[in-house]
Amino acid sequence: MALSRQDIAVPGNPAHPARQSALSRKSARSPGRSSSRGQALAGLVLLAPCLLLVVVFFIIPLAMMIWMSFHEWPLLGEVSFSGLRNYGELWADKRFWRSVWFTMKYATILTVLIFLLAFPLALLVQRQRPGVTVMRAVFFLPVSIGMATAATLWVLIINPDVGVAGPLFQSLGLADGPVQFLRSANSALWTVIVMVVWKSVGFSMILLMTGLQNVPSDIYEAARIDGAGRFRIFRSMTLPLMRKTTALALILCVSGAMQAFDQFFFITQGGPRNQTVTAVYSIYVTSFSSYRLGYGAAMSVVLLAILVLLGIVQYVALRNKET
Amino acid sequence: MARIAKPSTTALRTNIPFYMTGAGLICIFAFPVIWVLAASFKTEAEGRGSPLSLIPSVFTLSKYTELWNSGAGAPTYILNSVIVSAITVCVTVIVSTLAGYAFARFRFPLKNTIFFIILMKLMVPFPSLLTPLFMVLQTIGLNNSLVGIALIYVTFQLPFSVFVMRNAMEAIPKEMVEAAEMDGAGVLSVLRYVLLPIALPGVATVALFAFLASWNEFLAALIFLSDGEKFTLPVMLLNAQTNFDAGVNWGAVEAGVVISMIPCLIVFLVLQKYYVGGLMSGAVK
Repeated sequence: MALSRQDIAVPGNPAHPARQSALSRKSARSPGRSSSRGQALAGLVLLAPCLLLVVVFFIIPLAMMIWMSFHEWPLLGEVSFSGLRNYGELWADKRFWRSVWFTMKYATILTVLIFLLAFPLALLVQRQRPGVTVMRAVFFLPVSIGMATAATLWVLIINPDVGVAGPLFQSLGLADGPVQFLRSANSALWTVIVMVVWKSVGFSMILLMTGLQNVPSDIYEAARIDGAGRFRIFRSMTLPLMRKTTALALILCVSGAMQAFDQFFFITQGGPRNQTVTAVYSIYVTSFSSYRLGYGAAMSVVLLAILVLLGIVQYVALRNKET
Repeated sequence: MARIAKPSTTALRTNIPFYMTGAGLICIFAFPVIWVLAASFKTEAEGRGSPLSLIPSVFTLSKYTELWNSGAGAPTYILNSVIVSAITVCVTVIVSTLAGYAFARFRFPLKNTIFFIILMKLMVPFPSLLTPLFMVLQTIGLNNSLVGIALIYVTFQLPFSVFVMRNAMEAIPKEMVEAAEMDGAGVLSVLRYVLLPIALPGVATVALFAFLASWNEFLAALIFLSDGEKFTLPVMLLNAQTNFDAGVNWGAVEAGVVISMIPCLIVFLVLQKYYVGGLMSGAVK
């Protein structure tokens, strides 16, 4: 019922020693008795359902998104080619850029907080000892709950009539009267951030824990013999050696935060005064409230470009310098 | 660092700071879940009167019965969520198993390119494709349909799932496959009787991620399901708190949160080793 190192089933990494030899690249090629043309045919037939789904629900929509962004495209009525007009309008669209800026601010604060908390948590639970499996499971439990559900849970918690946050603040002496968690843009943002940290810090924790456990333990002995202190060992040995997992945790955290929607839609509804509207939120409003699908597609293209750019920047910055 | 603490009393005593921190953190992390669970069984008056208590003085199911009768009725929404999740899990497992088998065991033209295109989807945020996906669903007549959104969920599970299944099948020694082929086993019997039994942890990982993703997804369900009879649980949660005519029934919302949350918690607790295993296979590669 709880997470322990031995219990973890890694697909593709079976513990059986006999299988280790097969992990080499060569095993990908099955010699078999069939001819190479038969091989190719069988392979493509097996892949066909996957390819069909990818083409219909990914390649075509991706191409359509770019195509639509060059059009005036209302939900009902005439579609007309408008060239780069959507992009020109978008360039000057203060509301859109404010939502992009807000999303980046949210993503930055959230990522810093999650890493500040996930690292100590990972260090706390990395070593196998009694009780640690329960801790891992409990810290990780909120990750399995959906974002919409967790956000609704927070709506209840901060509700002035039935919620627990107000009375809790009062009994801890943090507030005198009822607390208005969503009164200002800042307090609304922090309310959402606290929820998302609670909900997703366990995910980064598990990734970082994996990274910590993959650092060979004998290097610690060597470092200690050389007289390195605990912090020094962590900073100059552990951190560089788990660069790859850290990079993965960082990229997943940032790209998740940049796509934030549910949490703001449920908790703040973009308010107060549209100050907590995220990029996806403004795409949603443009496409499915104003029904300007072409303009919404142009926004999507820009958001996609920003995300790909951010991904590349992080990848380059954290890439292993030796390789 | 390599020293392993034994569960003796001395170990427990020297680790007092560790256990104090752990216990404190467990309380913080578990609090919201336990609080809403308790609140959903309290009476309306007790919920407002003593929101801090974690054990209801009177147990009542009234909030659940209210939820049961709101809108199209909670059973409809639960059934919709079950249908969408079931389709997503089954189709994801079948499609990614076949594709993983193809990538792990066969040679065909453009193999690496195709694998790259499938993985590329990880870079493209799902919300940015919503507008064109809406048009695609309309064109093939699957808008406002549970099958339609399930197929979208499947497609967005595929990069991770195909990756996991390919790794799981590559790890199986080729001698086992060759022996089976020597005995005259065909392509599908090799998969069914040789590979699948060993790759089952991979299947569990894929199924678990597909379940959580489809059970919890909100934005696509909100946009693509226009008919109130077809709403899934996350959309029901939204509707329950934006009922402006009659005022919001917060008790029913509490019950709704519990009902949406419980299957995830149970499935995760039972299958958690496959969840972490899946994350690790992604992290290590």
